[in-house]
Formats: sequence, structure tokens, C-alpha cells
Amino acid sequence: MTNTSSAPTAPAPSGPVPVAVSRRWSRLALGLVLLTATLGLLGVSLQPSVRVNLVLAALMAMSVYLPLRAGQLSLASPGFYAIGGYVAAVMSTRYVVLDGDTGYWKLRALGRTWVSTSELYDLKFVLLEMAIAGVLAVVFGVIVGWLALRLQGIYLALATIAFVECLRYATLDHEIFGTATGIINIPQPFDTQIEYLWIAVPLMVLAALFLYRLERSRVGRALLAIQEDELAASATGIRPTNYKVLAFTMGAVLAAITGVVASHFLNTWNARQGTFDSATVMLACVVIGGSRTFIGPVVGGFLLTAIPELLRGLSDAVKGTPALSSAIKDGRPFVYGLLMVIVCIYFPRGLVSPKLLERFVPRRLRVVHTAATGAGGPAAPATFEDATQ
Amino acid sequence: MSTVLQNVLNGLSIGSVYALFALGYTLIFSILRIINFAHGAVFTAGAYFTYALMGKRMGGGNYVFSNKALPFGLPFWLAMIIGALLAGLLNIAIERFAFRPLRKRGSDTLLTLVSSLGISIMISNLIQNLVGADPLESQDPIGWVRRSPSVTVFGATVQSVRILIFLVAVAVMVGLWYLLNRTMTGKALKAVSEDATTSNLLGISTDRLIMFTFGLCGFVAAIAGSMFSANFGVSGPYMGSQLGLIGLSVIILGGLGDVPGAVLGGFVVGLAEAFVGAYRVPVLSWIWPQSSKYVISFLLLFVVLMFRPQGLLGRARIQKV
Repeated sequence: MTNTSSAPTAPAPSGPVPVAVSRRWSRLALGLVLLTATLGLLGVSLQPSVRVNLVLAALMAMSVYLPLRAGQLSLASPGFYAIGGYVAAVMSTRYVVLDGDTGYWKLRALGRTWVSTSELYDLKFVLLEMAIAGVLAVVFGVIVGWLALRLQGIYLALATIAFVECLRYATLDHEIFGTATGIINIPQPFDTQIEYLWIAVPLMVLAALFLYRLERSRVGRALLAIQEDELAASATGIRPTNYKVLAFTMGAVLAAITGVVASHFLNTWNARQGTFDSATVMLACVVIGGSRTFIGPVVGGFLLTAIPELLRGLSDAVKGTPALSSAIKDGRPFVYGLLMVIVCIYFPRGLVSPKLLERFVPRRLRVVHTAATGAGGPAAPATFEDATQ
Repeated sequence: MSTVLQNVLNGLSIGSVYALFALGYTLIFSILRIINFAHGAVFTAGAYFTYALMGKRMGGGNYVFSNKALPFGLPFWLAMIIGALLAGLLNIAIERFAFRPLRKRGSDTLLTLVSSLGISIMISNLIQNLVGADPLESQDPIGWVRRSPSVTVFGATVQSVRILIFLVAVAVMVGLWYLLNRTMTGKALKAVSEDATTSNLLGISTDRLIMFTFGLCGFVAAIAGSMFSANFGVSGPYMGSQLGLIGLSVIILGGLGDVPGAVLGGFVVGLAEAFVGAYRVPVLSWIWPQSSKYVISFLLLFVVLMFRPQGLLGRARIQKV
């Protein structure tokens, strides 16, 4: 992903968008972002389970955003999400067992017996699952990354689609993963669904903080340099492959950990979780939210999860006219697809665009790469390209 | 021996559908450098158009066109061609709505990709809301196929509908070959895929050519859809999405944007599926005991990307600084 409309390399015959137009759009975008934020924070009219879904979607969008940060369009996140989900499902239904006498959960490992502190599935087991899922994601991520990241652009995206499909069929074919039915009755660490926010929100905050720091670190700048121009970056002594594998693997770990939470939250896990379709939704979250800072995927994840639910609410509201009501309800994916097209056409940089950030985020908090867009950003050279001009 | 021949014939038959499907993908890639993920949805729409034009009844349920049928029924051939023309128009509309605005602005290819995914979701959902998700029976639409469901060729028994599919697909491919290599339009297409700006300066209307290409790709995809459902039935609004993924393997095997390559890729994937489905391949059948057949195309994609990213026929491109 390089900068689009005003970049000298873009084959645009029409030139940059007039300022007045883009200002109007950025105002509209701001409105939408604020709307999203309100929705996300208050969860007005949203059911508890939807509020958790908002956070999970934001997490997955961030995991797609990470490799994109290094200019790599990877659709592998659903694969790692599935790995995380199956780790949680298999461990909690096979290895952690319910003690019939005490009603507590027990895990026999490393010559010790770990017992839960209450009759609920213990959070320490969830953390253990997260650790295992994370390690597995690193192993798979490095292998797939090393193989696939030599490819560029659309080739990488296609290779990761192939990876996800191979993984999906492998889980369909084996008894341990429950074949087509999947694994059901995954034990719950909480009494109610809304309490999952206790894991999901801290996880999202941690991921956001991590990305915030990453964007300002040496590694983050290296990733950015690779995104802008891989060849130029390698000429300055950055090893593109290493950094690309790093970004890919970080995204993989985030996806796997999210998968662990989702698995318990959904109570059941099967091969329909983590497919090509979910990859498209995650990618849409990033593109619609904006791929310039980590705020973009969070906003995108909130918005795209909230919209179908709001439409469901709208459809309930017009119950008086059944035809309209059912049209709104059944046409939710249609609206969703339409939104994807419209945002691509009218908000090519996503709702959280560099312009928007420039206006409302203090300069010291901003990431330095608005300079490359020619939008009057900070003076510091953003990329190798700018530094040499 | 006869089972080997049988697998070859089955592989060639399904491979020819894959090749037809992938031709549209690869043609659009060759001029626009994007992968049009809406292609699978147009394939599905084409199959539904043909089904409807044949005057057959739609599936049950509570949808707009449930249990309804057109007052007239066309013979299969005519329905297929008119359906394909409709699908071509649909594809032109898609281009105007979702691709042209982005192209005019010189947008990132990632955006075009997401936009085409949006279109694909819209079309599939629209079909579902109009006619429901029930699979529809439209196998063996031609009298000859119904009268003699299977034929024996050198001791190998094959469904005759598969031979029909193969023949139609080859006919369409020959037509395309003629169009691309023996007409001015084909020449213009090659020029635009080589360098769009220069060919525009030389007097080729890029916009009209792209419109034509989208129409053509929609037409061919719809024929692939009708042929596919002549064998397997119209299996629902999402029948194109799985084929869309297999189509990706096909065009990668052939080399992105390479038209003869896509045909070769289609046959390679078709044959590989037929043979992996019929025999147990050691490592494959340990990891995927039941679905090696479905996985093989993705494994091929992965292997080709590793070792020959330019495709089986392509030449390596030198990266320019």
C-alpha cells in the first residue's frame, strides 16, 4: 500500500482531488468516526454479545493491519485465528477435565495438577491456551512467512489464501478437530457473555498500545520504509525479509490469541470460523477504517460489526410493514458490500485518513508519514525517498 | 488402463470449465492489473440467468421469486447465450459502478480488490434474497445427454454431459483465441495490457476497450456457469465463491495475465483433482484423508508461487529500479 492519489508514481490522469472536496469528505468522515466511537463506547441498543464482537473484530482488523504496515497484503489472519480457536477448543474439552466430585476444573501437566479456583473454567487455563496458541502461531507464522513473503503484492495475498484453505480442509478431515460438526460445549470462564469484555478489552488496549509504540520505534520506521519502497529500504541496510516476517508473525500471534478468546466466547468452534470470507471482512475493516494508523482498523472493526446489528434493530423497528422489515434484515450483507464499494470510491484512505489525523491529533502524537502525502505534514523526512530528495 | 483414461477424461472436462472461468480473471488482470473477485458472482449469476430463461421453477421459501417461473421456456442453447449476454451486461455495469471511479483516480489496487469483494457480496446476497439458497436441479439439459447418459470411449465410461462440457469449452476457447489473435480488438487489448497510457495516446479508447473486456469476461464466465450447472446443478448463490478460489490457483499456474497459460492451468488443476480424487497420494492423504481432492489446487498454487511465480509458461520478469 503506497500513498494513492497524489503520489508521483500513480498513473492518475485527473490529478489531486480539489481541496474543498476533500475537506468536505474529511468532515463527513469525522462524523462517521465519532458515530463509531459513540457506538463502540456506549454500545447503545447493542446486545452484550455484539459488544464483545466489536472488540474481537477490532482485534482481527489489527492483525491484518500489522503485515499491511510493511506493505504486505496478507489474508492469513483467519488461518491463525482458526489455529487459536482450535487450540482453545481442543485443550479445554480434552485436556482440562471437570472433576466430578468437586465440580472444579483440573489439568494434569508437567507432573503437577492445576485446579481451578471456582466451578467456572479458570482464566489461568485461558492464559495457558493463549500462550500455546501464540507459540504455534510463531512457528506457523515464521514457516509460512519465510516461504510466502518472498512474494510481493497480490501473489502474497493469494499464497495466504491457499494457506488458509489448506488449513481449513485439514481441520475438516480429522476427528480431533471434530470434523465438520466442530467442537461443541467449550467450557466458559464467565457466567455471562458480557463479562468476556474483561479479557477482550484489555487485549485490545494492549494491542493498540503495542501498535502505538511500534509505529514510533525503529522497527516501525523500518516497516514503513519497506512499505514505501522496498528496494530503497534494503539499500539503507534494512533487511526487508526479516522485517516482513516479523510483521507477519506479530499479526499471526494477535490473530491466534483472539481466536482463543473467540472460541470460548462462541462456545463452539468449527471450520466455518476463519475462512476466506472472514478474511475479506477483516480486510474490509482495515480499508474502511484506514490503514495509516492503528486507529483505522479499530474504527473499521467497530463500524462493520455495528452496522449489521443496527440494521437488525432498524428492521425490528419497522415490524409494521413486514416486507420492508424482512428486506432490511435479509439485505444486511448487501448493505455491507455496498458500503465497502462506496468507502473505496469516496474515502480512498479510509475514514481515519491522514487529513483527519492532521486536524485533530496533536503533532507530537502523529506518525511522521503524512509528509509523503504532500498534505503539509511535519517537516521530518518520512521515508528514505523523501530524505534523499 | 481404462480407469486412467476415465480420470483423464473427467479431469479434462472439469478442467475446461476451470479454464473458461479463469480466462475472465486473467483477461481482466492483463489489462487492469487487478484481480476481480466479483468474477465468481458473475459466474453464479450467469448460471441463474440460464436456469430462469429455460422457464424452470425457482426454489421454495419466502423470497421474491420463490416457486415462480418465466411464462416461456427457451431451449438450453438459446437460454445459455442470452443468459451469458445478460451476465456480460451485468459485468459492464459492475465496471462502471465499482471499477471505473477508482481507475479514474489512479487508486491503489488494494482498494479495487476490496471494492470487487464488496460487489461479490452484494450480488450473492441479492440472488439469495430474490430466489433463496436452495440448490436447483438443472443437470443434463440437452436431449442427447438425457437419452444416453454415459458413453464408452476406448473402454472408459464417462458421463456424456462431461464430453459436451469439454466440447463447448473448447469451442469458446477457440473463439476467444480468434478474437485475441486475429482481430483489431484483440490487438488493441494486447497493446493496452502492454502499456495503457501509450496505447491511449495512439488512439485506442481504453475506456471502451475495458468495457468490452468486462462484457466479454462476463459472457465467458456465464457460459462456464451454465456448463458447470449442466453437470452439478445450480448449487446456490455462493457456488461461484469456491470456484473463485480454485480459479486463483488456475491463473497463478498459468501466470497472471497469461491467456494460453490460464487454459493450461485449468487443465492441469482439473487433471490433478481427478487423479488425487481417484488415488491415495501418500503424504496428502495423511494430512487430508477426505479432502485431498479439494486441497490439491491450493497446494499447486503454493508450489508454483514458490518456484515459478511467473507461471508455468511465463518468463521471469526483471525487476526495474
